[in-house]
Amino acid sequence: MRLLALCAIPLVTALVVLAARTFRGRRVPVALLLVVAGAHLALVTSLWVAPPLPALGGWIAADPLGLTVLTLTSVLFLVTAIYIVGYLRQEAPRSGRVFAGGLLAFLAAASVVALAQHLAMLWVGMEATTLSVAPLVFLRRDRRSLEATWKYLVVSSVGIALALLGTFFLASAQGDLGRPLLLPDLIAHARELHPAWLRAAFLFLLVGFGTKMGLAPMHTWKPDTYGEAPSLVSGLMAGALTSCAFLGVARVSEVVAAAGLGSFAQPVLIAFGLLSLGVAATFVIGQRDMKRLLAYSSVEHMGLLVLGLGLGGVGAYGSMLHLVNNGLAKGWMFLITGNIALATGAANSGNRGLIRTLPASATLLVLGLFAVTGSPPFGMFLSEFTILRAAFDGGHPWIAATILVALAVIFVGMAALVLGIVLGEPPAPTGRNLGAVPVRESRWLVAGPVALAAIVLMLGFYIPGPLRDVLTRAAMALGGTAP
Amino acid sequence: MRNAAQIVLLLVVLSDLAILGTSRLSSCIRGLAAQGFLLGLLPVLIAPHVSVHAASLAVGTVIVKAVALPWFLTWAIREAAVRREIEPIVGFIASQLLGALAVALAFAIASRLPLPGMQQPLLVPVSLATLIIGFVVLTTRRKALVQVVGYLILENGIYLFGLTQTESVPFLIELGVLLDIFVGVFIMGIVVFHINREFDSLDSTRLTELSD
Repeated sequence: MRLLALCAIPLVTALVVLAARTFRGRRVPVALLLVVAGAHLALVTSLWVAPPLPALGGWIAADPLGLTVLTLTSVLFLVTAIYIVGYLRQEAPRSGRVFAGGLLAFLAAASVVALAQHLAMLWVGMEATTLSVAPLVFLRRDRRSLEATWKYLVVSSVGIALALLGTFFLASAQGDLGRPLLLPDLIAHARELHPAWLRAAFLFLLVGFGTKMGLAPMHTWKPDTYGEAPSLVSGLMAGALTSCAFLGVARVSEVVAAAGLGSFAQPVLIAFGLLSLGVAATFVIGQRDMKRLLAYSSVEHMGLLVLGLGLGGVGAYGSMLHLVNNGLAKGWMFLITGNIALATGAANSGNRGLIRTLPASATLLVLGLFAVTGSPPFGMFLSEFTILRAAFDGGHPWIAATILVALAVIFVGMAALVLGIVLGEPPAPTGRNLGAVPVRESRWLVAGPVALAAIVLMLGFYIPGPLRDVLTRAAMALGGTAP
Repeated sequence: MRNAAQIVLLLVVLSDLAILGTSRLSSCIRGLAAQGFLLGLLPVLIAPHVSVHAASLAVGTVIVKAVALPWFLTWAIREAAVRREIEPIVGFIASQLLGALAVALAFAIASRLPLPGMQQPLLVPVSLATLIIGFVVLTTRRKALVQVVGYLILENGIYLFGLTQTESVPFLIELGVLLDIFVGVFIMGIVVFHINREFDSLDSTRLTELSD
């Protein structure tokens, strides 16, 4: 019941918002967003306290991997909903109906992805996440957002189409063994699956869902989309949507690991991971726009996630922990970037001395820089360190060295832009530019990022027992070992 | 029934090649509608015995792929007052040669893929050929609207492969896939409509403001 409610409540609310006459016009039903977000997180919390039984004949269940992604999505959504209260006082979207409806539909689709045990159902949910977000990218309806939406739709749709083909390949590999495309049955019969079809399925699902994750070289839509979408939408995409896409890759990895084909999958995962790190390191240098910078940072972290998976051993645990850290940190950074864009018009290198004009946001931005680049004492340091340890344990010192070089370059590239914006002399007041006078920053706009920052900081020191347990069980399912 | 299915599959390949060769948007969309209708026939022709599942899949496919989507694309052309030529990056004859190459490649790949209990030897090669031709249309045509057609042909190829698995994929899922594709094309159509108003052309190669 609770599992069904998690998908149904946001879906029904989204349909009501999109269809009802009362929600026409620019006004956003923000109270409704808050209520649904709160109810969703409350239900998710109850899943941690009292684990639910699978529902719909085993089609949906909250296993450790899915529960991790679901909780991450739910937390980010509530934080975003709170942020929207402050956001709407300064900005009015063209259509309140599309804005709220799209967000709620995204929450429903992401919940379906997280809970799905049937891989075709997972696909339907994944495609629905793409579609629910597209109108949000298009919210400003100018030339640039039009171009971004088009690229996003075409590249993601082709990617996800390949994932559908991969899903059918998996059904071919399964034949008559157990219930078709249900994860527990696939894993139980993993060693009897047809190996040629399983390999083909893995490759197509990796490329398909990898496109949605934004792994290089399928990342081309990412900087444009994150750059043009409203920051809070980019935050949800970089934090929650990419995690859902990673879940798709993780699901097929579970089957491949159970089938004993790890030696086939691991080099492929490592290759995509290293390529993503390399692309991110190349394009981060000299980047002038905060959101595009964060997009390349997202490419980097997606690369780290599949690297951890590919390295195996403690790497799988590192990936799971990194999934949580990256999701929270991306939400934090994009919301702060949104604050800067709201106050100054654009979060790019044209800004100077924000530490004086927007002290709270600027401080959070600098802290976020250290968190996102994996510096201690933040959680990312721990997860990146675990992935590095997996590289050394597996006898791949060159991979570890490559990761370290890429991380160093990315740190320099990100620090150059962030510190350039935060420090220095504020420009003379012109137009929307504010000069050196500190602006009163709305509590609604700062509270969410502060909460996310606190969690990421805590995860650097202390991982709560239940979370550690769930992450460990997820890593074991992915063929890894306990840390 | 088996012969009928084979004839329909061959007609699907012909519709692929026809779409590659046409220079007018309206006949391109007509080709797509015809292909959608052929795809709708297949679940009934392939099924060992007529079942509710196969019949409803056929009806759903015809409604979405042969009626709703072509009608919507035609609406988008009329409303956005798109010029009716296709403007390929690769010429029509060259595209058709590429298409023929795709068909040959598809048969070569399919002969090496083992599929136990396959009743329809043509299904997998036609599916792969349609998939590749969809990709060719998607990448070699300038107009955003024709790229949507390419995406739909690619989806049709995947749908054909999915027919080898109709027994294992439940009806609800197929309905979900059809709905997703429908909504996806609907949103693409709206974006295409706005591209035309904003840029005064549906030429997606003009979308070049964003880059690093």
